[in-house]
Amino acid sequence: MRKGRVLELDDIQHFLIARPPALAARYEFLSFADAVGARAWLAGILAKVGTAQTVESSRLDSRWVTVAFTWNGLRAIGLDHASLLTFPEEFRQGMAARANILGATGANHPGNWIGGMANPNLHAIVVLFASNVEERERCTREHQEYLLRCTGVEVLSSLDLEALPPHSHAHEHFGYRDRLSQPVIEGTGMEATPGSGPAIKAGEFFLGYPDEEGEPAALPHPAILSRNGSYLAYVRLQEHVGAFRDFLRQNGETQEQQELVAAKLMGRWRSGAPLVLVPNKDDPELGADSRRTNDFAYADKDPYGYACPLGSHIRRMNPRDTATNMNRRKMIRRGGTYGPPLPEGTPEDGKERGIAAFIGCASLVRQFEFAMNVWANDPSFHELGNERDPFVGTQDGTYDMTIPHRPIRKKITGLPAFTTVRGGAYFFLPGIKALRYLALLSDGV
Amino acid sequence: MATQARQQREPAQSQAGTATVQDDWTKPRAMAIPKEGYFKLEQGRYGPVYPKSPACYGFTIIARTKPGAEKIIREYGKTIERSLQGSPDLLAPLKLHYLRWVLFDIGKDKYFMYQGIFDTDFDKYTEDAIALFAAAGLNTVFENLEGFPEDWKTNPPAFVKFVREHQCPSFLEYGEYPFVSAGEIKKALKLKAAFSKMLDQMQ
Repeated sequence: MRKGRVLELDDIQHFLIARPPALAARYEFLSFADAVGARAWLAGILAKVGTAQTVESSRLDSRWVTVAFTWNGLRAIGLDHASLLTFPEEFRQGMAARANILGATGANHPGNWIGGMANPNLHAIVVLFASNVEERERCTREHQEYLLRCTGVEVLSSLDLEALPPHSHAHEHFGYRDRLSQPVIEGTGMEATPGSGPAIKAGEFFLGYPDEEGEPAALPHPAILSRNGSYLAYVRLQEHVGAFRDFLRQNGETQEQQELVAAKLMGRWRSGAPLVLVPNKDDPELGADSRRTNDFAYADKDPYGYACPLGSHIRRMNPRDTATNMNRRKMIRRGGTYGPPLPEGTPEDGKERGIAAFIGCASLVRQFEFAMNVWANDPSFHELGNERDPFVGTQDGTYDMTIPHRPIRKKITGLPAFTTVRGGAYFFLPGIKALRYLALLSDGV
Repeated sequence: MATQARQQREPAQSQAGTATVQDDWTKPRAMAIPKEGYFKLEQGRYGPVYPKSPACYGFTIIARTKPGAEKIIREYGKTIERSLQGSPDLLAPLKLHYLRWVLFDIGKDKYFMYQGIFDTDFDKYTEDAIALFAAAGLNTVFENLEGFPEDWKTNPPAFVKFVREHQCPSFLEYGEYPFVSAGEIKKALKLKAAFSKMLDQMQ
């Protein structure tokens, strides 16, 4: 492993490093009416915020708390103007203002977002991960009681999340196995699974550490505020399960054919088994084997996409050895599923269900926005011409999906939208000392 | 028809001036571009989105060189030539068609023009170029230009800002085979070569 500066795990919030064994979660989106009340709220909740160190070492906890702020939130809590201006422009503008760059247009436009996500009064988020629903409910009540004692802190909206059954493996509403590919951060001691590449410099995810190009420039001031912090891009993505299943039925006569179409869109079978390794038949055992399921690349094994289409989701969002500068584009994903599962064979019930996820990184413009702007939404990606990512690209029925096949490729025209962005925001996830710094600010500083 | 029109859309957005125009490669095309360099202001990651023209994407950066830097800059030409001889794929990530580097005088000052025609959008080209030069341990010719950020290797936004500030948008671009990418051209030539080989095999 390459040597780097020792990570201050006791100061980094656990969120992007340690993944607690949570089956339920709640996100509460907060608005601060006054700075004094906001700081008092933060001071009171600070002790409950888990560090990477405590989450990694403790097996007894049943809940894990995370706190992050929008740029407007940092201003509302009393951060001085000069410090506010040292944050990068994309964070200052916020996700709603940059929705066009991300492709959040049409039905995905911020004007259609719910939960106050496009509201400039969205100031902070509290993320609660809980071991189960009962614990989540207990913590929710506790926070509500705490908020009653705080002045000037309101809940704009909230979202409850639950892992979908069966709980044997993480998956989303379309049925795809999740959490298969995550970067390993240098200094965390985590071992990269075969095919995942070397550990990535901590500075790609946490401010104050060398990144893949060396010592990063232009970090926000003061240093105590930025050190050990990260940026989070939050996206609430509704999944149209009924439309997705209809699409599979329209494009595959047999169950087997439908599964293959589903796999071609994703680049993996729903079991998680990658098409590059098993192009013709699913292998659930492979999908569940973390030592094997990432151990592949594209350039030599599948340059034309006969196994894994060039426009499939995993090939766009992680082109592996077919793109340059990959170590500068890595991100950490956290989050979960919300809404009730739609049982197989049940018609669309109109209820909202989907994924509410956070993308953690050190540069929103270089990492998250690049991925959404170029990988997900550039129609010319890999010379495809008129395609976008089938799941996270902006689809309006005018784009295609090419499935390379000998002798003749299959082209699906007019791909429908399987997802809709229902909200999103940029947050700054401070370190513990930075949270203390914010809690102790005084007006006029 | 509709598919051809769609091929000109920008990543994640469209340029009003181009999205409705056909891009039939058999029909040479010219595009007059407004003074600003775009038809309609649309925010990209680092600034306004520049449209794809019949001559694909590209930029023309003009900046004053540091005093006495002419020789060093000219030497870069040889360096790049030698590097490409050793590693023909060195610049492949930039998706280039052509590079043209020019030195010229304005009064007593020496100016450098970096003109590139490529197939990725402006910001991606610049980010990829930074990564490429930094990874290869190459200093960039830009270091000999006045006002270039010294911390460019670790501060991509500052590099992009410099490039954008010194970009002189075209007011006319022409394509004899409009909108066709270098990759498509190479595919066509490969196909021609493959057919020739096939015909040889049938003799």
